[in-house]
Amino acid sequence: MIGLAAILLLALNGRVMGASGIWSGLIRGSDGPAWRLAFFAGALAAPVFLAAFGRPGQVQIDTPMPVFLFAGLLVGLGTAIGSGCTSGHGICGISRGSPRSIMATLAFMGCGLATVFVVRHVI
Amino acid sequence: MPIIAATFAGLVFGAGLTISGMVNPDVVLGFLDISGTWDPALLLVMGSALAVALPGYWLLKGRKPLFAEKQLVPTRRDIDVPLILGSVIFGLGWGLAGICPGPALTMFGIRPGMAFLFVTAMSAGMMLSRFAGPWMLRINTPDCKT
Repeated sequence: MIGLAAILLLALNGRVMGASGIWSGLIRGSDGPAWRLAFFAGALAAPVFLAAFGRPGQVQIDTPMPVFLFAGLLVGLGTAIGSGCTSGHGICGISRGSPRSIMATLAFMGCGLATVFVVRHVI
Repeated sequence: MPIIAATFAGLVFGAGLTISGMVNPDVVLGFLDISGTWDPALLLVMGSALAVALPGYWLLKGRKPLFAEKQLVPTRRDIDVPLILGSVIFGLGWGLAGICPGPALTMFGIRPGMAFLFVTAMSAGMMLSRFAGPWMLRINTPDCKT
């Protein structure tokens, strides 16, 4: 479904489906705020519909609040500097055969794995 | 029409993230925890997303979108410091909370309070990137083909 969504956005609107880019374009006031907003309205409506049909999404957060907020800051900063996130680099970029996205995906995957290792097994 | 198309794509994206468990930080952290109780399910999710998107993107290459004049896709191929540095910072945040931008926004439909806090912090980080260094001048230039 995630792959299908990426194809839909490119085939219909000619846009790459990168969540961080679509969102940062919205808060920075880039072109086409309407389709960006529409994309996220659809995304957050999905779990609401699923819950109505008896398939509610689970969200379990055990991260302490200060760490949670700091992580959010890092995610925003990192995706802005690195021009993409899991959907933009990891799905769309790799599908385009972009060497930048392949390297970026290796970098954030590697760093994510290392971070979880340190948090869960070292500290 | 582009608005309806974007809503529909978002709906499919959000449903995929919700059903796959990608929206759940606990599942994401379990996936990233390879030396502990590793839960490889998300590898399958990402693999199947690529299995669909890869041939799809290949078939769509250079084609005119239905509701737009041209495809607006990144064209840069060089690997530079901001790309890697940014991705490392992102990976750190991702590993701490188990949330990346897509799931953060989809989470509004499940846990609006927590989603709001995370997205606010994330947006602050995105704004902060403008002042994070002189090389930011290059990063904020859209590297898109028009």
